[in-house]
Amino acid sequence: MLRDITIDYEKITAKNTPKECMISSGHRACQGCGEILAMGMVTKAAGKDIIVANATGCMEIVTSPFPQTAWKLPWLHVAFENAGAVGSGIEAAIKVLHRQGKIKKKPHVICFAGDGATADIGLQSLSGAMERGHDMLYVCLDNEAYMNTGIQRSSSTPWGASTTTSPAGKQSKGQNTQKKNLPMIMAAHGIPYVATASPAFHLDLMNKVRKALAVDGPAYMHIYAPCPTGWGLAGSKSVEISRLAVNTKVFPLYEVIGGRFVISRKPAKPQPVLDYLKLQRRFRHLGEKDVAEIQLAVDGAWDYLEKLAKATAKEEK
Amino acid sequence: MLKKRVGIEVSLAVAEAVKQARAQVVSAYPITPQTHIVEELSTYVANGELDAEFIPVESEHSAMSAAVGAAAAGARVYTATSSQGLALMHEILFIASAQRLPIVMTVANRSLSGPISIWNDHSDIMAERDIGWVQLFVEDGQEATELTIAAFKIAEDHRVLLPVAVNMDGFILTHMIEPVIFPAQATVDKFLPPYKPALKLDPAKPVTMGPVGVPEVYLEAKKQCEQALLDSKAVVAEVLAEAGKTFERKYNLIETNGKKKAKTLFVTMGSLGESVWSAVEGLNEDGEDVGQVRIRLWRPFPVQEFKKACKGAKRLIVIDRAMSPGSVCGPVAQELKTIFYKDKDAPEIVNVIAGLGGRDVPVADFKEMYRLAKKGKLAKTYTLWGVDSNA
Repeated sequence: MLRDITIDYEKITAKNTPKECMISSGHRACQGCGEILAMGMVTKAAGKDIIVANATGCMEIVTSPFPQTAWKLPWLHVAFENAGAVGSGIEAAIKVLHRQGKIKKKPHVICFAGDGATADIGLQSLSGAMERGHDMLYVCLDNEAYMNTGIQRSSSTPWGASTTTSPAGKQSKGQNTQKKNLPMIMAAHGIPYVATASPAFHLDLMNKVRKALAVDGPAYMHIYAPCPTGWGLAGSKSVEISRLAVNTKVFPLYEVIGGRFVISRKPAKPQPVLDYLKLQRRFRHLGEKDVAEIQLAVDGAWDYLEKLAKATAKEEK
Repeated sequence: MLKKRVGIEVSLAVAEAVKQARAQVVSAYPITPQTHIVEELSTYVANGELDAEFIPVESEHSAMSAAVGAAAAGARVYTATSSQGLALMHEILFIASAQRLPIVMTVANRSLSGPISIWNDHSDIMAERDIGWVQLFVEDGQEATELTIAAFKIAEDHRVLLPVAVNMDGFILTHMIEPVIFPAQATVDKFLPPYKPALKLDPAKPVTMGPVGVPEVYLEAKKQCEQALLDSKAVVAEVLAEAGKTFERKYNLIETNGKKKAKTLFVTMGSLGESVWSAVEGLNEDGEDVGQVRIRLWRPFPVQEFKKACKGAKRLIVIDRAMSPGSVCGPVAQELKTIFYKDKDAPEIVNVIAGLGGRDVPVADFKEMYRLAKKGKLAKTYTLWGVDSNA
């Protein structure tokens, strides 16, 4: 069902970019980690009135080795597969405590989880939270495999990527399934706001966070988060690969607002997927034919997205 | 004190108790035989009789996860489950106690699959002995009502800050219609003031909850939780005494029935205790030297109180409602054999595992157990009552 949703939010521009990151330096993330970069951007845009529920994963590990913490926000980690449910509980408590006058302000709830915690083990918990309409933002930081445990494949690993449990070999091209389309699954829940984002386009990412927090009800953001360690990528190339993912149409940036698909960025001169693949060791076993197949799939997915945007666009009167 | 005495299904009485306790968040998933409790609570919320958020989660795993989130945010939280549901919560149960969150949960005790069975025994909670929760067992509707209210007071006491499971037998208790006297709301409010968290998720004062426990701190963290559980015994005793005073009943950690200083004692937990009490009364009338000890507090196990209740006894007939496959006997008997080990005047412990999966154990059967025990004809390890076994 299509709904017209107007989102009132304070827009972030190059001139007023928030500077205070709510994750302090000194955390233990790898060099060039796209997850911590993206998570920092989310907290900059979201501000201080936030409660975080964090799924088990790299981000939980690197930010919270007791007695140290990198968090300047109230933060709760419970387990791997339940960030959606934990966020639901926090949100419900805020609602009732506010209604009863026990707390004056209503902080926003943000859940952070990796792709394994979102697309695999935590999908049920996330789906339940979104379906029940809790007013919270769930952020999936997608680095396309289980990096914390040593680069095992997830259902978010793209076709052809070699991981430690989908290794390329004589009989294998690596991951032999297509990447699960989480943003589309979330859009199918009919929630008011779904968006994809990339840390290479930081203003776009931060404004999407602002919008996600401004809407009433659940919001989902799927953020591309390169993992130099897991992808066999130079740590210095994180932002570059994030930009390439968008410019090759491998990771399209779009929003789904009230069911209407809006493409955030249409590359004027899309680059071939080879430019994206060749920087990463996880794809190095692929041959020309394989690359051509990936190109075909990427073009097909983009075409589908454009059709959705056209079909769901507000009719001109 | 205004009081009302009504005939009510025990599940509904428990829901009324949760309402009187002014729970603020209820997260629950349907499972037989617990459902009547949360159905009633959702009705209270729908009618505006209880100002709470009811989260109809998509699994018990999420029920406990949402309870953890809500408790960490500073709300008074309740949930209820049973059997497979409790098993599905398993992972999060440990985390709830480790994070020192005063969640109250009713466990409508039911057998575990397989084969699938909706009927009563204690297999579900016995598989969760080591979760670090305070664990109580109730015997009747009145006790279920009052101890549900008391459970919040125990859990939220800053000397405790641990989750509490109130165990009540599925169907045998949850679905019984019993006469229950409800305290006046003002009495409950005085007994149980609003929850004041020691720490909570608050942007004005950020805290990191659930951090990584590196090897240098993990052990200390675990010991702190265990110590909190051990120390909770005194608070449980104190709150039960106050509950007894408030609700005009008497609640001890361990209860005794029957002949004083009897040579043989039945040991029971939960509603089967009532059948045993009938058997003991009958046996006493026949001049038999037998009594009964009933365990109300299972975790932390009240060792001194239990030993005191058994003083002078030569034999304990321990009724277990769960198996511990591959071990020497049922879980309760294991516990008791451990606490009496090397005691000079330790009683002989015989173990009967009875009533699994809802199998009826009539009063006459307990009398028969007593006769067999007296003749030394019960197995040294355990007897699986009603099943011909080589144990």
